[in-house]
Amino acid sequence: MQFRDYYKVMGVDEAASADEIKKAYRVLARKFHPDVSKEKDAEEKFKELGEAYEVLKDPEKRQEYDNLRKYGYNDGGDFQPPPGWGGGTFRDAGFGGAGGGDFSDFFEAMFGRGGPGSARGYRDIRSRGRDLHYRLGVDLEEAFAGSTRTIHLQAAGGGQRSLNVKVPAGVTEGQNIRLRGQGEPGIGGGPAGDLYLEIEIKPHRHFRLDGKNIHLEVPVAPWEAGLGAEITVPTLGGSVKLKIPAGARSGQKLRLKGKGIPGPGAGDQIVDIKVVMPPVRSEKDEELLRRMAETMDFDPRAELNG
Amino acid sequence: MNENRTLFLTGEFLDETARYSLSELLEICDVDDACLLEFVQYGIVDPAGEAPENWRFSSLHAWRVHRAVRLQSDLGLNVAGAALCLDLLDEIARLRIQLRSRR
Repeated sequence: MQFRDYYKVMGVDEAASADEIKKAYRVLARKFHPDVSKEKDAEEKFKELGEAYEVLKDPEKRQEYDNLRKYGYNDGGDFQPPPGWGGGTFRDAGFGGAGGGDFSDFFEAMFGRGGPGSARGYRDIRSRGRDLHYRLGVDLEEAFAGSTRTIHLQAAGGGQRSLNVKVPAGVTEGQNIRLRGQGEPGIGGGPAGDLYLEIEIKPHRHFRLDGKNIHLEVPVAPWEAGLGAEITVPTLGGSVKLKIPAGARSGQKLRLKGKGIPGPGAGDQIVDIKVVMPPVRSEKDEELLRRMAETMDFDPRAELNG
Repeated sequence: MNENRTLFLTGEFLDETARYSLSELLEICDVDDACLLEFVQYGIVDPAGEAPENWRFSSLHAWRVHRAVRLQSDLGLNVAGAALCLDLLDEIARLRIQLRSRR
């Protein structure tokens, strides 16, 4: 097992006073709290911090730890508890459930699993497992049609745990899904925590999500906008025909009802019309534009200069 | 477990549908009623229904209670502090979503 440098975790000097340690804990707990922090490994860091504080705040534990540290162990280095080390006697002292603790193997080897007064869980014999949070990046296509995904979670004790989950059709950005009982195991027969999946919709090349509505910018030729046209536009559910009314202008929006993200209160697809200028490639093209300029009575800057 | 079949877990959407009674919420969140009463008084959760026996909570409420409890125990906040913190976190989450959809 790996040696953990609790002083490094807390960012304090080994000569730090109890007050300095308490202060460091308060600052870092705020920074890495899984409900507050958006850092990817906040959950892990917060746990490490809790473990480090659990040891350093307690003069007896800190003394024991300091003695061990003096043997010259380095952070992350291999650690074997010296023979006759006291802590291990608490192991498996009736806290049922595989890997049922919040703390690392290193902590357990030093202080056992049943140390009194620890930060979380151990105060009561029976307590609920910690909830876990996982941010799940989902393609827009998956949000539309639903999908199945395998996610990998850090299990208590350091291993990995894989879960197959259904991403239902109709998920939206920021939505939370609870998987009951898939958090960390409870202690002393307490219920397991829950796993929360927070949906994060990945950006799409063409479509833009706004709540349950989907925006799509659709280029149209000046004659299509001017004369009206029936064009084909993509939606997440496949292509559909869309009528552009005569006299359409850039920036106007057309609504395709119910073609957004499905589910209760299904969204719409909003088509943003963008009139684009055709490239002028030949003398004929130029001639056509010259004739337009001569025949059409149009001042595009009338409002600006008015 | 059957080796040939992969088991897929289906989660529960957290939404505003009022579905839990007071006692159900207490069980889901593993808190006592005095604690929850205080959360209601501070507006951390705002159940539908007038009297406690008619209260109905949503899954989003349950999630807020969970987070409030954690913030209190992990950061040493009082109820008002946890309530403010949750409001601000929700506001940040809302703005983040808005920002992402503008990009």
